[in-house]
Amino acid sequence: MRQAARRLLEENTVNLVIGYAWGTLPLRTAPFFARTPAEADRLVYNSLCENNLVKYLLRYSKEKLGLVVKGCDARSLVVLLRENQVQRDRVHIIGVPCTGVIDRRKVMELVDGQEVTGAEVTVEGIVVRGEGFEKDIKTDEVLCVSCRGCKYGTPVLYDTLVGEEVRAREENFGDIRAFEALPPSEREAYFAQEMAKCIRCYACRNVCPLCYCTECFVDSSRPQWLSRRPATADNFFFHLGRAYHLAGRCVDCGACARACPVGVDLMKLNRKLIKDAKDLFGYEAGLDPGQPSLLSTFDPNDPERFILGG
Amino acid sequence: MIIRKAAVAKFLDGLLKEYAVYIPRRREGYSEYTPLDPGSGYFWQGLNTQKPPKELLFPHGETLYSYRLRSDGVELRTHFDEEKRVLFGIRPCDAKGFCYLDRVFTRQDYQDVYYQTRRNNTVLIGLACLAPTTTCFCTSLGGGPFDTEGLDLLWVDLGERYAVRVLAPKGEALIKGRPEFVPAGEADWQAVRELEGGALGKMAPVLDLSGLKKRLDENYSDSVWDRVFEKCIGCAACTYLCPTCHCFDLSYEVEGSQGLCVRTWDSCAFPLFTLHASGHNPRPTGKERFRQRVMHKFRYFVENWGVMSCVGCGRCIIHCPVNLDIRDVLRQIIAGVSA
Ligand code: SF4
Ligand code: SF4
Ligand code: SF4
Ligand code: SF4
Repeated sequence: MRQAARRLLEENTVNLVIGYAWGTLPLRTAPFFARTPAEADRLVYNSLCENNLVKYLLRYSKEKLGLVVKGCDARSLVVLLRENQVQRDRVHIIGVPCTGVIDRRKVMELVDGQEVTGAEVTVEGIVVRGEGFEKDIKTDEVLCVSCRGCKYGTPVLYDTLVGEEVRAREENFGDIRAFEALPPSEREAYFAQEMAKCIRCYACRNVCPLCYCTECFVDSSRPQWLSRRPATADNFFFHLGRAYHLAGRCVDCGACARACPVGVDLMKLNRKLIKDAKDLFGYEAGLDPGQPSLLSTFDPNDPERFILGG
Repeated sequence: MIIRKAAVAKFLDGLLKEYAVYIPRRREGYSEYTPLDPGSGYFWQGLNTQKPPKELLFPHGETLYSYRLRSDGVELRTHFDEEKRVLFGIRPCDAKGFCYLDRVFTRQDYQDVYYQTRRNNTVLIGLACLAPTTTCFCTSLGGGPFDTEGLDLLWVDLGERYAVRVLAPKGEALIKGRPEFVPAGEADWQAVRELEGGALGKMAPVLDLSGLKKRLDENYSDSVWDRVFEKCIGCAACTYLCPTCHCFDLSYEVEGSQGLCVRTWDSCAFPLFTLHASGHNPRPTGKERFRQRVMHKFRYFVENWGVMSCVGCGRCIIHCPVNLDIRDVLRQIIAGVSA
């Protein structure tokens, strides 16, 4: 990783590499912007690299960029290319084959909410410690829900690949199937509980590479589509609106859910739409920039089960 | 005074006759202040709820007034929240946060009656922190794990009992004549002092912020601002979860001939924050918006009130989605370099 970034900067192929460096807290890496070969030496990559850096691409219009992407991040970049938001020749894609990202919240649950004061990445997973405890955790125990059935750990698009290709996991929508099987009242109660937590900080929207509207519908004041207060119904409106804007586009990177400061379970909604796109239309987003987009393509053979009598 | 732990549930239930009682609660990995469950005596003892108690005095959304157009004129109604409240288990940093809100909302030229009504009806019972976490940095900002500023009572956990320091008349009135309390002895206060020493010993080294204000006075156009914000994604996690951030926005929710004027939290991180009606925005990018956050807290607030509007609770450090650590930012600014 460091070598690759260093070389790109030294040879002036790019003038900025956006990757990850260790953060200031245990279990944390953070986005890092390297402009010199010396800075490139601070780059790291591991299962704690939870942000999707593709979002930052949209901010730079002059620089020639090197960008570190995991498998799912690469797919979000493909969607942006497909939607003409990014010029392919402006970015040198440094792909990293990914075996899954750790969900810090699951780690916190495993240690009963005690403060983790130190953590180390091992081959198998992580070791976390705090006052009076040390725990060895396997990555698979604390994997993000999106990563459990990830088929595209190796980026679908890259200029440089750092590391060995990884095996595809078996698709796994077990969480969504189980949720679909619940009675409507329980599903409603679950969403009400999750939506009540939301503080409308918009971290989920702001980290999502595919949320790039210059004016988001929630920010419009004329007309004002929804109340600015974080009432459950208005929160729901925001999340449903966002989920629909991402239908057939969301690549299941899970960055939004990990960014949420209060742990709203956003992937229930997003993954349901991903599963529907797959089941109903055989569509998976972000595999090929030439792929037509789901919602702007009409096919007379599309199923119409959701239309009354269809 | 001293209260046995076994008597706490009874004491809290007794308050319910006159007050709504709020306690810290943790469920499903998430913590906030919520109404007491009568009879349980439950309150979460961890440090620093994810969401601060700020919204109990300064709600995330509140109706200021409502109106209705009638054939003979306009009917106007102001909405005051007059619930009498006890906030139990408040950490010293959060209590200090309320003192900063007090300054803003009760200044001579701006009396915010909505805030003041709540504030006057609220009693704050604090809980001293025996085991500060690594993100706690209250001692760098003039506070401390046993600090009493803003509190009416401070409770200290002595194992089977709590020692209770009476700090203000409101607190005194709350426990006066209550049979659960007995006077504390010198040995109890000695134990409190030892616990305080222990807690202070666990705090991370104090950040030296003495040169900060001067740096900020001079560095408005420094290149440090070009880099220090770079990973910020402009959400409101840091400002909404901050016990001192107090910027707000007004909006109108209109339905036919009636409507509400609503006040909600606002955040300097949002592009809408200072967007003018003309379309011009004096803070067009994340750089200016992030600088505003730092300048407001560590420079303008100091000019207005003589204190920095940060209490060192560490929430913005823990919950920032990109680990933009304010301690790190302050170090970089003081050093005048970007990492
Ligand atoms: S990040 Fe979480 S709290 Fe913030 S708006 Fe999204 S769901 Fe709500
Ligand atoms: S909605 Fe969430 S999971 Fe989907 S692409 Fe955006 S950040 Fe990734
Ligand atoms: S510093 Fe972090 S929490 Fe604050 S606005 Fe930026 S990304 Fe959001
Ligand atoms: S910052 Fe200080 S007062 Fe606040 S929770 Fe930590 S130790 Fe307690």
